[in-house]
Amino acid sequence: MHLSFCETVQIPWLSSSFVPAMAMRSLLSRKTLTSVLLSGPKSMGLGLTAAQSHRSLQTFTLPDLSYDYGALEPAISGEIMLLHHQKHHQTYITNYNKALEQLHDAMEKGDSSTVVKLQSAIKFNGGGHVNHSIFWKNLTPIREGGGEPPKGSLGWAIDTHFGSLEALIHKMNAEGAALQGSGWVWLGLDKELKRLVVETTANQDPLVTKGPSLVPLVGIDVWEHAYYLQYKNVRPDYLKNIWKVINWKYASEVYEKESS
Amino acid sequence: MDSSSTGSAKIPLKFELKPPPYPLNALEPVMSERTLEFHWGKHHRTYVDNLNKQISGTNLEGKSLEDVIVASYNNGDTLPTFNNAAQVWNHDFFWECMKPGGGGVPLGDLYHMIDRDFGSFQNFSDQFKKAAATQFGSGWAWLIYENEKLKIAQSPNAVNPLVWNTVPLLTIDVWEHAYYLDYQNRRPDYISVFMDQLVSWDAVSSKLEQAKKSNAAEKNA
Repeated sequence: MHLSFCETVQIPWLSSSFVPAMAMRSLLSRKTLTSVLLSGPKSMGLGLTAAQSHRSLQTFTLPDLSYDYGALEPAISGEIMLLHHQKHHQTYITNYNKALEQLHDAMEKGDSSTVVKLQSAIKFNGGGHVNHSIFWKNLTPIREGGGEPPKGSLGWAIDTHFGSLEALIHKMNAEGAALQGSGWVWLGLDKELKRLVVETTANQDPLVTKGPSLVPLVGIDVWEHAYYLQYKNVRPDYLKNIWKVINWKYASEVYEKESS
Repeated sequence: MDSSSTGSAKIPLKFELKPPPYPLNALEPVMSERTLEFHWGKHHRTYVDNLNKQISGTNLEGKSLEDVIVASYNNGDTLPTFNNAAQVWNHDFFWECMKPGGGGVPLGDLYHMIDRDFGSFQNFSDQFKKAAATQFGSGWAWLIYENEKLKIAQSPNAVNPLVWNTVPLLTIDVWEHAYYLDYQNRRPDYISVFMDQLVSWDAVSSKLEQAKKSNAAEKNA
């Protein structure tokens, strides 16, 4: 069991509910502390297990969409939205959580070999969770403003950097269509250089893998699962139509927050 | 590949879209006609058409498909023709790996080699299915012949064993377009069905025999 300097451990049956880890360590040896947590609480009905006796692991759940599956039609079919959300995104989360648990175990044991081996599963599945969580917010029904061009500072930045929104869309569609295999096309903000960028990433690599100061504003999933049932092999048609349901309000909020 | 020499007109050499060795509805119900119509009729056809456009007028024109693939792979620093060339080859190979009423277990030499190199056919099958299921994103899983042994490999996107200088014997396409119409997100179901009902072990055996002959010829050279 590893307790870092600043961590606190909640021991409910002690009078002060949060005891600084340093103090705990000075009171009890590592072995004793673990056995106290394992044996004591059980008899007090708290039922802590070994798995809970160390720093808790945060796992993740599927975020809800703020619109119905069918609300993005005809740009994106309800059938696709349901599968994409409930099957694909959920699977990334399930596998991400599994990998995190395995990572947690390996870190506890100091098993560096396993820690390193798990990195690709974390990148794939964690990236899948990160990217799709952004994607659902990037979309909104037409009646909720989907497709309405960005105004304010983001609109101005797009015109300045790309010439016009049409030019930006044209560029993103060209790069999205040309992407081989699976991946994403992004509009991002480079916080350091203070300018907008268009980038693509492969598989489920998040935008930040293309540059540590890149913040995603709009991401478009060009994995075949994102469009195949509706558009089949014609990815360019999917790209043409998805702009009708892009949530520029959300992108503007992120832009304003990150460029301040 | 077909070429024409009529009169003095210069006619470019083009790759052709080869049809599968069975009608498009022959793999029903496990791989639908609709899937073949799109997978062969659109995806595979587009790779062929785009490759022909790309090589027209270049020094790759007139080369065999395998030569175009290796040249375009350029030791990993791929040229624009690689994706289309490799995907043309991969799909030609993929259709040949399947047949109506396929599946079951291989016979003869192939069976013995699988037994020898994987411990059992079941082990091989499990490992091949796992390779296919865990290839993240788009790609392929392969049974290959290397140094007189059988091995399983995975590859991303368009990469294939030709660029590793090994001999492919069997492949499964795990790009989503290969299974999405019939199985949606359920790639493992598609993979199981492929193994149980689609694999043409005859085709795999004949590729193995070819590989062994070439290997023997090389050794004696």
